[in-house]
Amino acid sequence: MSLTIIKPGLLDTLQDQGRAGYSRLGINRGGVMDRYAAQVANMLVGNDTNEAVIEIHFPGAQFLFEQNTLISITGGNYNAMLNDEPVPLWHPIVVRKNAILHFPKLQNGSRCYLAVHGGFCVSKWLNSYSTHLKAAAGGFHGRKLEKGDEISFKETSIYFAGLLKPGKEFEALKWGVDTGNTYEHPNEIFFIPGNEWEQLTNQSKDAMVEDNFTIHPFSDRMGYQLKGVDLKRHQNTELVSSAVSFGTIQLLPNGQLIVLMADHQTTGGYPRIGHVISAHLPKLAQLRPSDCIHFIRTDIDKAEQLLIAQQQELNILQRACMERLNSMVC
Amino acid sequence: MYGCVLKKLTSTISNSKVISQYKIFPLGDSAVTFDMGNSISEPLNQKALAMQHWLLAHPFEGLKDCLVAYSSLTVLYNPVLIKKYYNPASTAYAWVADKLQQAFEKTVQTKQAARELIQIPVCYEAGYGPDLAALARSTQLTEQEVVAIHTDTIYNVYMIGFLPGFSYMGEVDERIAAPRKQTPSPVLAGSVGIAGSQTGIYPLNSPGGWQIVGRTPLRLFDPFAPEPVKLQAGDRVQFYAITKEEFVSYSVI
Repeated sequence: MSLTIIKPGLLDTLQDQGRAGYSRLGINRGGVMDRYAAQVANMLVGNDTNEAVIEIHFPGAQFLFEQNTLISITGGNYNAMLNDEPVPLWHPIVVRKNAILHFPKLQNGSRCYLAVHGGFCVSKWLNSYSTHLKAAAGGFHGRKLEKGDEISFKETSIYFAGLLKPGKEFEALKWGVDTGNTYEHPNEIFFIPGNEWEQLTNQSKDAMVEDNFTIHPFSDRMGYQLKGVDLKRHQNTELVSSAVSFGTIQLLPNGQLIVLMADHQTTGGYPRIGHVISAHLPKLAQLRPSDCIHFIRTDIDKAEQLLIAQQQELNILQRACMERLNSMVC
Repeated sequence: MYGCVLKKLTSTISNSKVISQYKIFPLGDSAVTFDMGNSISEPLNQKALAMQHWLLAHPFEGLKDCLVAYSSLTVLYNPVLIKKYYNPASTAYAWVADKLQQAFEKTVQTKQAARELIQIPVCYEAGYGPDLAALARSTQLTEQEVVAIHTDTIYNVYMIGFLPGFSYMGEVDERIAAPRKQTPSPVLAGSVGIAGSQTGIYPLNSPGGWQIVGRTPLRLFDPFAPEPVKLQAGDRVQFYAITKEEFVSYSVI
């Protein structure tokens, strides 16, 4: 069971939910940018939520399925097609052998996830499948996917081929996932103030929540540079390096902001004026250069409540997906 | 405020200095930082390491990671698991902040075991330290004097950060404490740099802004070695000069 890359994309890598436990070695968590979409992709095909998925940036690769298999596509909408037919996102899909998955047009979003039933058969580095490009380790040989790469699937005992109708390249199963409010109000990003928030002038504090910020083209898996009004601190004390995290909003010396994303460095020395709440990282991960962000201040209490609610929703989805899949194969 | 804890207290640490002030603050909703001051200080760094040691020896459900920086310890956790397992009355953040408080109190008498001195060969010859000549000129020393001063000091590894295995060491003798470059340039793996009172080794090829004075043939980051990162916070390091020929013979090994 495998798939083959017949045409490479801009940046397609194997990722899981991240590599926790090594930041004291300078090795960041990494992993998928949109943890929600990747977890749902796995649930739809009956996998553990931490299985490796392929994170696809636009323009995406073309994938040839070497065998009949069960897949799902979630996250950014690049008008996914299997041969000449559009494929729905957020559904389990049985794919016929030799079908080609491709992504002709960017509709919305910034990272698209492909999961296969059983998961991809790649070796772990430091307990994670995630590709660490700088270390050239993890995922598929520590690098992005290239033409001719063949990625095997883990063996499973369940076969879905009986669900394929004659003459059809794929069959989208009847149920799908409603992503609820995870991606609602995509430009409204909640943050909690960071340790250096109080160093901002009152005018800058107001500007942070009243003005809009635009995502600069120079934004990637490491961080989003933002364009907006210059923010000022009333004291420009130098900071010694200390920890930063996924979602940390740093103030650069030129007054502009950067939001650290999945591949951020473990430590930094710029003022941390805020942190995007975890429940809003999935929608932030789907924003694109030139999209705007409207920051809304909240507190740790609310941040935790929203994250717990999102996790509860994922737990319910997982149970429902399992029940549906089991009823199909029995 | 949203639960910032600022407390003053007195406690004895390993070398009998006193930590008078610290601050616990959320680093987002899934991490807490215990910060003992915006300074490069060996006692504070050792205290943070002792706290990390204690936490790793007393882990809790939902503890994901911890890391020590110059004068702080940060704990990464899963708030959903904390809420589920410990059902705290307040936030998961407050619960973890309390754990850090405990770590601070429990490590009062901890003394760091003296670590073995790690000696690192460095070639300071032409072609290995592209910024050495300029640094010597700006400090009005000869290149030989810069090398002598750089190799004379025993450095403390304060933290690993920036890149996998990048070691932040100090403190550099003030006679050679040159500021970092205005614009970063490409740096080869193994390069030894100076930035103010810090010195460090680039474990990977990377853009970098430190003044590169030499290069070690040792591989300080090897992803597939049993221990991928050779240096860790708390280590003591001294450099010694080697010739080009010695550098090349190392590379063969």
